[in-house]
Amino acid sequence: MDKISQLLKLMENTDSIEINEFRMDFEELELHLAPAIQQTIQQTIAKQEIIEKTLLSAGEFNPPIKEYPGKIAQVQLGDGTRKPVYLGGQESLYRFEQPQPNQPIVTFDVFDIPMPGLPRPIREHFEDVMESPGEWAKKAVKDYGANMVTMHLIGTGPKVMDKSPREGAQAVEEVLQAVKVPLVIGASGDPVKDPLVLEAAAEAAEGERCLLASANMDLDYKKVAKAALDYGHAVLSWSIIDVNMQKSLNKYLMNEGLKQTDIVMDPTTCALGYGIEFSIDVITRTRLGGLKGDPDLQMPMSSGTTNAWGSREAWMKNEAWGPTDYRGPLWEIMTGLTLMLNGVDIFMMLHPTSVKILREIGETFTKEYLTTDLPQIDNWISEL
Amino acid sequence: MKVTAMDVYKLLPQTNCEECGEASCMAFATKLSDKEIALEKCSELDEKQFAKLEKLIAPAVREIAIGTGNKVKTIGGDEVLYRYEESYYNQTLFAIDVPDTLSDEDFDNKVNIIENTEFERTGEILTLDGIALRNKSGNATKFAKAAKKLKNAKYPVILCSFDPIAMDAALKEIGDERPLIYAANENNLNEMADLAIKYDCPITAFAPGDLEKLKELVFNLRSLGIKDIVLDPGTFTGNGIGDTIDNFVMCKRLAIEENDEDFRFPIIGIPALSKLDNTDEDISKDIMEATYASILINKYADALIIEGSEIWEMIPILTLRQGIYTDPRKPQAVDPGYYPIGDVDENSPVILTTNFALTFYTVEGDLKSAKSSCYILVLDTVGKAVDVAIAGGQFDGKAVADLLKDHKIEDTIKTRKMVIPGLAASVSGEIEDETGWDVLVGPRDSSAAADFIIEKF
Repeated sequence: MDKISQLLKLMENTDSIEINEFRMDFEELELHLAPAIQQTIQQTIAKQEIIEKTLLSAGEFNPPIKEYPGKIAQVQLGDGTRKPVYLGGQESLYRFEQPQPNQPIVTFDVFDIPMPGLPRPIREHFEDVMESPGEWAKKAVKDYGANMVTMHLIGTGPKVMDKSPREGAQAVEEVLQAVKVPLVIGASGDPVKDPLVLEAAAEAAEGERCLLASANMDLDYKKVAKAALDYGHAVLSWSIIDVNMQKSLNKYLMNEGLKQTDIVMDPTTCALGYGIEFSIDVITRTRLGGLKGDPDLQMPMSSGTTNAWGSREAWMKNEAWGPTDYRGPLWEIMTGLTLMLNGVDIFMMLHPTSVKILREIGETFTKEYLTTDLPQIDNWISEL
Repeated sequence: MKVTAMDVYKLLPQTNCEECGEASCMAFATKLSDKEIALEKCSELDEKQFAKLEKLIAPAVREIAIGTGNKVKTIGGDEVLYRYEESYYNQTLFAIDVPDTLSDEDFDNKVNIIENTEFERTGEILTLDGIALRNKSGNATKFAKAAKKLKNAKYPVILCSFDPIAMDAALKEIGDERPLIYAANENNLNEMADLAIKYDCPITAFAPGDLEKLKELVFNLRSLGIKDIVLDPGTFTGNGIGDTIDNFVMCKRLAIEENDEDFRFPIIGIPALSKLDNTDEDISKDIMEATYASILINKYADALIIEGSEIWEMIPILTLRQGIYTDPRKPQAVDPGYYPIGDVDENSPVILTTNFALTFYTVEGDLKSAKSSCYILVLDTVGKAVDVAIAGGQFDGKAVADLLKDHKIEDTIKTRKMVIPGLAASVSGEIEDETGWDVLVGPRDSSAAADFIIEKF
């Protein structure tokens, strides 16, 4: 190969050459561009043309923003001696359309009896306070930043400790004294006794605007609705993964005198791996229904995210699955986050790590699109 | 928007020739719109009609194959934004990050872990799907050498480098295996596009946080005749996750609802980027990475690159993916009746559960692995889990009595005692009343069922 061919070979994939400290002395110069070089120059020009052409002709970018005829009601929880929090109020499905006015809220589960059955990763955070609902609530708020606390009156269950409604109400009073955040008040799940327990608790918490959990088709929901109206509370309307059941129950509750702003819906949380996709579908349909203008579905939604801890993948010791210390919280995080991304507004949860992560991600839901400082990721391939 | 059978029918010859094996053109149209038959089966279409129909039935999001032969994985193909409307197709591909700076030993170890990670749920083995080889070294020779080692890997490869020279070097080794090229950005677009064409490989367009730029890049690639494109709108973690979700949702909405040709491609998310932040300790980083992965599985990622490979990080996201990509049109239920486990005779113990597939397979798996011998009675709860079925009224005394009657169970099994799930304790009395059988309330979790039978039955 001659020198020129060698040089051209070297330049095959070259678009430009920079020559340093180069000097030529001559009296007369005639330039002959070799055909290969001419070709290269033409190719380069052609390339530049392509870039310019395509940049010019790329279609206009329009963000896909939609209009929604309906609006989700805003529900206030906490009043009287509590600092209120607000749920719902959305006028769109996604943040880039319109940021939601209120961030998702996490409420910490507290029980009126020590819960030896709670999985170890949770017990180890609360073991020292389980004898006292007030101390338990205080720890949840002070140490773990709870927005709210859920007082579960499990002890009133006839098959648990059969505590009286009055005793349940006392536990509620204790927690009201101990913390200043709004409360959810839950009963034991006994259809006969729950309305009586909730009634007594509602009276004890008069004017504090708690969320009474829950009214459902299996119990005397009229009594629960009346207790809420008489003592100034909101009601959790619980249905079983069924949009139509949810609509009917909401209608019944509104017939009793409750307004959209007095109701939070619980469409049932199936845990990750245990039918979470059913919850996704119902929650998506419910929120879309509300935004499309169905007045029976325009309430904020709640999730009993704690259900995640019933999954064996969360709590069961199994070396092949790695430590429950990480697996457990992740199970609760993913159960909650999945539902948050599909429209749920308030989460009942147990583990401090899960609560922290859900809150942090939830906070971004109220921010405007592209107003946050974004991390620099252009060169992640070499920087990671 | 979903294509109806009518839309398809209008473009068919309407001769009812039956060459395709269907009774009529309308029947063929119905199957075609449900993706149950191939367009090629219609023999009477000319080139133009064929092209028109092909365009009509193309999914809103293009399907793209990564890898070849027995290690091909397909991503994309979605038609709807919400799974209840139809179903999501082609579950999110999970690729694990492997930097080219690892020592030979560490490299082999990581590939080994990726290939052997599996987790069984409801009779299905869940696994990872890909290897993302990353040109961390910045060195083309190193990258190519590492790529060569993946020639025999079990899963398809994503080649990650912004340097066209390094990419070319790696493609010289494994370009014939259709790796996904990651990525073309505004600086290297033409060089990377040339490589995608030269090696006939799918290519990613990367424009972090700028959908307008992303559209421009994709338009460029399309103008060069490239068809297989993957979108990376940028995965920002931390406070940036809100913008990440917005961008992913917009990409998918533009594809499905706005029919924007520059966005009708699968999206790749990179939860691994949560590890760029050096403030957290390693465990929290793995938890956050899995958390971001779960967000992106929910909101429209078709492929993910993940750095960690710990089993406790993988189990939750594999489980989430399995759930979300289950076809909602198919009932998640097994047939009601009775199922023998191990060596049974007419006096073997009887254990009751629901016909929700997940519940049944969990109970069955637990009893089998404990080498139990018993019958599982399966109640028709329309595919609901125990607690949900009890609340919904499908799991009660009457339903259990009907089950015994409908399946003539008392003719086959002489036992008159059954174990019911711990979660069904509230209906134990009515089951006894309606069936006349003795009822034992079993454990809440079936992992303890085998021992329970031995001790209490």
